[in-house]
Amino acid sequence: MDSKRSLIEQSFNVQYSNWVREALDELPDSFTITDPSIHGHPIVFASRGFLKMSGYSKDEVIGKNGRVFQGPATNRRSVMEIREAIREERTIEINLLNYRKDGTPFWMLFHMSPIFSKESGKVIHFVAVQVPIRQKVRRFKSNVVDLCEDGPRLREIVFGSCRREFCSDSVRELGCVSALDSVLDPDDRGLEAGESCEASDAERRKAATAIANILSVLTHHSELTGNLVCRKRCYSSEMGLLGSSLMISLGRIKQSFVLIDPHLPDIPIVYASDAFLKLTGYARHEVLGQSSRFLSGLDTDSSTLFTVTESIRTEKACTVRILNYRKDKTSFWNFLYISPVRNASGKIAYYVEVQMEEGCEYQDAQGFSPEMRQLSTVGAVKVAVRSSSMGGGPSR
Amino acid sequence: MLRIKRVPTIVSNFQKEEVDEGGARHGGGCGRNCLNTCCIHGAKLPLYAFEKVNKLACKKGHDHENTDPPVPFLDSLLLGEWEDRMQRGLFRYDVTACETKVIPGDYGFIAQLNEGRHLKKRPTEFRVDKVLQPFDTAKFNFTKVGQEELLFQFEASEDNEVQFFPDAPIDVENSPSVVAINVSPIEYGHVLLIPWVLDCLPQRIDSESFLLALHMAAEAGNPYFRLGYNSLGAFATINHLHFQAYYLAVPFPIEKADTKKIAKLCGEVTVSELLNYPVRGLVFEGGNTVRELSNAVSDACICLQENNIPYNVLIADSGKRIFLLPQCYAEKQALGEVSSELLDTQVNPAVWEISGHMVLKRKKDYEEASEENAWRLLAEVSLSEERFEEVKALIFEALENGLIAQNSIKESSSSQSLEKATDSTKKRTRPSLMCGKQECLVLQ
Repeated sequence: MDSKRSLIEQSFNVQYSNWVREALDELPDSFTITDPSIHGHPIVFASRGFLKMSGYSKDEVIGKNGRVFQGPATNRRSVMEIREAIREERTIEINLLNYRKDGTPFWMLFHMSPIFSKESGKVIHFVAVQVPIRQKVRRFKSNVVDLCEDGPRLREIVFGSCRREFCSDSVRELGCVSALDSVLDPDDRGLEAGESCEASDAERRKAATAIANILSVLTHHSELTGNLVCRKRCYSSEMGLLGSSLMISLGRIKQSFVLIDPHLPDIPIVYASDAFLKLTGYARHEVLGQSSRFLSGLDTDSSTLFTVTESIRTEKACTVRILNYRKDKTSFWNFLYISPVRNASGKIAYYVEVQMEEGCEYQDAQGFSPEMRQLSTVGAVKVAVRSSSMGGGPSR
Repeated sequence: MLRIKRVPTIVSNFQKEEVDEGGARHGGGCGRNCLNTCCIHGAKLPLYAFEKVNKLACKKGHDHENTDPPVPFLDSLLLGEWEDRMQRGLFRYDVTACETKVIPGDYGFIAQLNEGRHLKKRPTEFRVDKVLQPFDTAKFNFTKVGQEELLFQFEASEDNEVQFFPDAPIDVENSPSVVAINVSPIEYGHVLLIPWVLDCLPQRIDSESFLLALHMAAEAGNPYFRLGYNSLGAFATINHLHFQAYYLAVPFPIEKADTKKIAKLCGEVTVSELLNYPVRGLVFEGGNTVRELSNAVSDACICLQENNIPYNVLIADSGKRIFLLPQCYAEKQALGEVSSELLDTQVNPAVWEISGHMVLKRKKDYEEASEENAWRLLAEVSLSEERFEEVKALIFEALENGLIAQNSIKESSSSQSLEKATDSTKKRTRPSLMCGKQECLVLQ
């Protein structure tokens, strides 16, 4: 759990300058920031407003996935919509029922947007704003408000505030904050569960403003580290870019494995699991882009290497026992399982290499054999790659 | 008597055309390592024992990221065993080599070009006007599959915690439930859940079998692993009780459809109606316990069976959302009411197709696949508005009055297996759903 903690810390530290947390703490709104590249897609930041509204303490929230705030009366279809928005890396605004720490339910307008690295186009974080819904409005139609349809008007506003530094002036300039709703009232219990309801226009505007302000803070603080973020994905020519959905799916797999891309020169590693990094002692940036042969060393048998290459050439799966070296130069015998992985077109997109250190205690209880575990990793990767490439893809 | 002709899907390597079965060796033909008495003794198969959850269905805290059950179910066991069978060449084709795409549109229908799934063989006749038919030992059933096609046993744990036994004997006395591969998969991980396989139950839902299926969905804990059921007359191929399941990490169109809540049952189970979807159906959600949700749905299914209405069931969202879809396509087909254009696609609209996953045999159909085409096909499957209202009324009457306790079969048939099936079913009936108060059923 410690490594996850440090990943969560790093999630902000690498990306934004040190004062970002303070700046975010100055915002009155309820919001959370999550990192999809960390296993479990955890919350890495929760605003004071959020903690106040939900009744949780910071420690109870950081590291958790947003689903812990759902409960029995939360509309399942809404949950699915949010899941899909994450998978497709796009904005969503939806009325949602959540639960406080004391178990009481409340309705809120949930507005979530991704923010992208300007350089790589990857999703760095998702920002989610929660605006409690006050008025009692009964509706039977769809709860989902597709923000994209409101596109032009909202995008203008957003761009406006992205370019400006955060200050109260910009808020007034946007001219859309209603004076009535500007105070978050923690005693307002909202509506009862079991009724569907919709946010008012004022509440929607409040969400839009909050998001804009948060993004403005993050953008500003990312400028200081040089790792710029932006609201829209800027497509880059970087190769081997894996979308969020594939990253999230692969992130769930706990075994050591890498994905290599046979279509690129030197067949580089385009994905490495955390377990792989732990096994080999390398950091992620030292591994991505390298050929997987880089684990070989002086005493690695070249005919074994050849078997691997042949396997890739003939598009077959194979298992080899190969001598590999960690970063600290120590060696280990690796039962390597290689398999082609096809995407939705039916053609081979990657090869997966699953490592198993000989003699390693995969003593997970009840004797699930290491071979079976390797196979299951292959299966999970195959599903992830196939599904994530079916289309209905990334942000519109 | 209404019949249609179609080529049945091959789900096991040991499934032969019924014509060939004439005079088939009943003792099994051994050396095939099947599940009949000839081969079963001493057989072993991994056993996954799930925890019987009695707590709040949604608050189960089934959070694989925070808690680590001994074997993370779906990720390891099912996929690992499935991949193993793939490497052993047990499947008729590599499903991952089949091109698939999400069709652009509001709903995102999924189309797959799968030329290998269907055989160019002579079609067999299927009777489509009887949802309940007695088990026929002469026909193919799952006791005839080879043991290598079985992945593991799936049972409730004695100790109320998840357990895994990699080398458990198959306890014939205890009639295990098993998970087998579907050798003509629609997607990666396509399996069959066969409750109490040795009991040779015909294809009909009862409360215990449905509960088992829900437990599997919950155990997998993955919203992209869904279970499905086809009744006879709704394109079930084999008259031996089974559910199907596979893994597809995109939403099904039916899951995206609007719904309108129309009733609230005892135990906080809500019933909604599908809106703006080509097939009319009901959605069951909620429930304080898994069992309450399960019983609501199985009661509705039993009602449909009793009234001879073919139907399909989709278990989605890790067992939290269940779609019940009565259909009449086979009947229309038998009466010659389906256009030849639709018949030519040879799409048999079973649960996956109705949910929005269309497996197409012809390249032309795949290339021309569109939301309109899919919609048009599925609209033919749906009951008409009037008929659906009638069926809804039947279902709610059944839910309200509690069920016909003995699940009586209207046929008089004297086959032994039928009697045995009746007995087994009787063992598993339980008191009515309703808590005895008329006010329980709240219609909105």
